[in-house]
Amino acid sequence: MAYGDLVIQKDLDFVVERGDVFIIMGGSGCGKSTLLRHLVGLKRPAKGEILYDGVSYWDAAPGVQENIKRRFGMLYQSGALWSSLTLAENIALPLEAFTELGKSDIRDIVALKLALVGLAGFEDYYPAEISGGMAKRAGLARAIALDPDILFFDEPSAGLDPISAKLLDDLILELRDSMGATIVVVTHELASIFAIGSNSVFLDAETGTMIASGNPVQLRDHSDDPRVRRFLNRGEAALG
Amino acid sequence: MSDLSPAFEISEPGGAKRVIGFAGDWVAGQRFPDPSELLGKSGATDKIELLYLDGANLGRWDTLFVSFIYRLSGEARAADIELDDSGLPEGARKLVELATAVSERHGVRKLEADTGWLAALGTATINTWKEVHGLLLFAGELTLGLSRLLRGKARFRGVDFGMALQHAGPQALPIVGLISVLVGMILAYVGALQLKAFGAELYIADLVALGMVREMGAMMTAIIMAGRTGAAYASQLGTMQVNEEIDALRTLGFSPIDFLVLPRMLALILMMPLLCLYADFLGILGGALVGALTLDISLLEYYVQARRAVGMDDIWAGIIKSAVFGVLVAAAGCMHGIQSGRSASAVGNAATSAVVTGIVFIVVADALLTIFYDLIGL
Repeated sequence: MAYGDLVIQKDLDFVVERGDVFIIMGGSGCGKSTLLRHLVGLKRPAKGEILYDGVSYWDAAPGVQENIKRRFGMLYQSGALWSSLTLAENIALPLEAFTELGKSDIRDIVALKLALVGLAGFEDYYPAEISGGMAKRAGLARAIALDPDILFFDEPSAGLDPISAKLLDDLILELRDSMGATIVVVTHELASIFAIGSNSVFLDAETGTMIASGNPVQLRDHSDDPRVRRFLNRGEAALG
Repeated sequence: MSDLSPAFEISEPGGAKRVIGFAGDWVAGQRFPDPSELLGKSGATDKIELLYLDGANLGRWDTLFVSFIYRLSGEARAADIELDDSGLPEGARKLVELATAVSERHGVRKLEADTGWLAALGTATINTWKEVHGLLLFAGELTLGLSRLLRGKARFRGVDFGMALQHAGPQALPIVGLISVLVGMILAYVGALQLKAFGAELYIADLVALGMVREMGAMMTAIIMAGRTGAAYASQLGTMQVNEEIDALRTLGFSPIDFLVLPRMLALILMMPLLCLYADFLGILGGALVGALTLDISLLEYYVQARRAVGMDDIWAGIIKSAVFGVLVAAAGCMHGIQSGRSASAVGNAATSAVVTGIVFIVVADALLTIFYDLIGL
């Protein structure tokens, strides 16, 4: 992954299994969000390939790429709601564009998705009229509008109070269990990492590559790499 | 798997309990029954206390089924019926549980707006008042800012002022030049049509020179700058408002008026008269081209005639106008930018309003100044 000549991360090789809650972690500026942008097809890797069910995204025809992307849901850091649309219209837009559903079905689904993220009744609000935390939840409602197979989260709990962050974590797990979705999360919230992560990759800014991968709890307790243990123990001297 | 249309069966095991057994595929593309219809069919609603949902025979299901159950649970709650969904698939049950976990906060739902003409008139009046208030507020803050500037207490960065000068001056030369030459040519053609009838073609030099210097030079420059620089000011300041940059300045004790508005306004006020002179010259040149190419007026003749027609007074009249226009365009741009809302569409609206108000201000001020010049004989 690179911006121009500036290489952000290299030699990345990992597999996200179906049903995983996969954590991308690492210190600030190590390229977590950039990696996520590659995974959702916004940026082309400078070298190498990204496979979805064995299909290489960047070698696929545009139509195939569209179909792959249709299976994604993405929650951006601050919601990224379209400001000229109400919350209901924000969620309805992908439904109108990519499904055959009628108006009343769409209205029902919008109500359900908003209720799922705890925003029942906020259909007619504009993004500018709600708080940042609410915008984030509304962004999640939009991300799950099409019942995606893979949900990507960019720093889901940043800017949320501890209770909302915990609720969001629970929601992520619920969504995985009930919709059978695979979840990929960029975060450095330790509480979240241990609470929801089933697999992970640790990016290091200095060496510019991944230095660990696996279950975060095991990494915390058994990683061979002191940098990883330090990160996962809040910088305190790792035991053992 | 072939699609089986959604079906349900209601049975009464006795007492105030009803069982709804779901069957078939409850997926998109199927016609679903209405939840209230389902409740209605399950007997007189006042008798039921418990509704057991049985999903043993349920085929495929998707979000629409969850949404159906969610609405059913809402209706049941409203009718005081307890809902037992333990017979449904776990995934669907959990989603409904999540959706109902946070009940709707009272009073958040927006009511239908009153659409009567009286309400519309009232809203329009309030909005107009808000705009006037915003205008007065901005004018007041600007006056205070100017007085700080005169006392040498206004704080802004020289680099910003330089950038603003560069943007409002040299970078505007190509577009102002192009438009001015063309306007000069248009004036010459329009005049030529009439003057030819009297054999007085030479007088197009008077017409173009006077028209450009007194009126069109200042006016066209101002309209270009309203569309170019006024809109840029509004969107820059509007985006800074969205990013909380203006709040950050306030928190540090900087006045956004001093820091952001003054350099931009000063730059435009200084550059407008210069641009106006440049436009005058190129407009007259455009007229000369038309004269030389189509009316056989030599450049020298044209020059002499134009010199005779235009006095220093006329040039000053145009320059004073352009300075006034500069104030108006910069003020309209900065005002809408700094009062912009905090969203992408609000920034768009700010830029649009900046251009529209700017042009309206220009034309109104032009009319007033022309009348004023007439009165004082300038």
